[in-house]
Amino acid sequence: MIRRQAIVLLALVGLLVATYLWLYKIGVIGELQCGTGGCEVVQTSRYADLLGIPVAFYGVAGYAVLFVLGLAGLQPARAGDRRLAVLVAALATAGFAFTLYLTSLELLVLHAICRWCIASAAIMTAIWVLALTGLRQTA
Amino acid sequence: MKGFYALLAVVAVVGAGALWYGSRPRPAPLQSAPPPVAAADGFRGYTLGSDAARVEVIEYSDFECPFCASFATVQMPVIREQLLATGKVRWRYRDFPLPGHQYARYAALAAQCGGEQGKFWEMHDQLFQHHEWAQTGKNPRALFRDFAKTVGLDLEKYDACTDGQRYAGRIQASLEEGERAGVQGTPSFFVNGKRFEGHATSDAFQALVDSLTHTRK
Repeated sequence: MIRRQAIVLLALVGLLVATYLWLYKIGVIGELQCGTGGCEVVQTSRYADLLGIPVAFYGVAGYAVLFVLGLAGLQPARAGDRRLAVLVAALATAGFAFTLYLTSLELLVLHAICRWCIASAAIMTAIWVLALTGLRQTA
Repeated sequence: MKGFYALLAVVAVVGAGALWYGSRPRPAPLQSAPPPVAAADGFRGYTLGSDAARVEVIEYSDFECPFCASFATVQMPVIREQLLATGKVRWRYRDFPLPGHQYARYAALAAQCGGEQGKFWEMHDQLFQHHEWAQTGKNPRALFRDFAKTVGLDLEKYDACTDGQRYAGRIQASLEEGERAGVQGTPSFFVNGKRFEGHATSDAFQALVDSLTHTRK
């Protein structure tokens, strides 16, 4: 149960981070708070959009779905629901792979680090690890 | 479990509050209008290439102009290699911020402030290579500061320079010089004082320079 609670909490924090980046991308937030520098280089690069949609929005959508699925998994009736665990693990794996791709772009192509993106990557990695270990337990 | 939901609620409220705080209106973005500053200092533009080169190309350019960015990122690397590194040409960059470009003057200022610390061309390259800023319409101040940091500028000096619009007069003088020369758009080029009329490619410059230096193969 604690693992699922952790996934829900992390998904909520990830949702807030992704929303912050998305609001910047659509012009609601004027400047990113980025002490290390590099956030705006990353966020205004051509890699900040995928198929015409801001990458941050994929984060918003992904974390929102993980949050809702995680909340559903907290319900006593779904405590041992294997399908739900598989769904969360699959989504987290996709999110983790996407995160690896984005982080490698920052490091290898843009040579700029966006601390909010790194925070999101760390959150998604933690969710992925928790989801996989949860999957093993429901097997 | 109630404690957990309470924790979620607290995180959600604090997070939403932070997002709301971050989205409050900021001071108006920098405008492109001519600033009421300072006269020019007689500066004639940053150059690349040998002072002894027999050919000088003057480029009037605007950092917000997409054609200028395309030229700087596609043609200029070849020109640097074939004409500047070989000592055939000296390249002189002049600012010509177009009035319709909201942040062109600010970008020119950022580059000049880089130049103050010996990094004009590094800032020039950053501004053109990460040109997405010109399409977003966002205030690029923080982004340009990131560029400054990337190229290794002393940010305190850079901030003082941009905030004080130290080289605004120099940029205005460059614009006026271009207008007197008949520049109407960017990028515009003058080769040994004569307007370059062709399609601005590295091959075209190579051919023209070869003809001027009588080394055509």
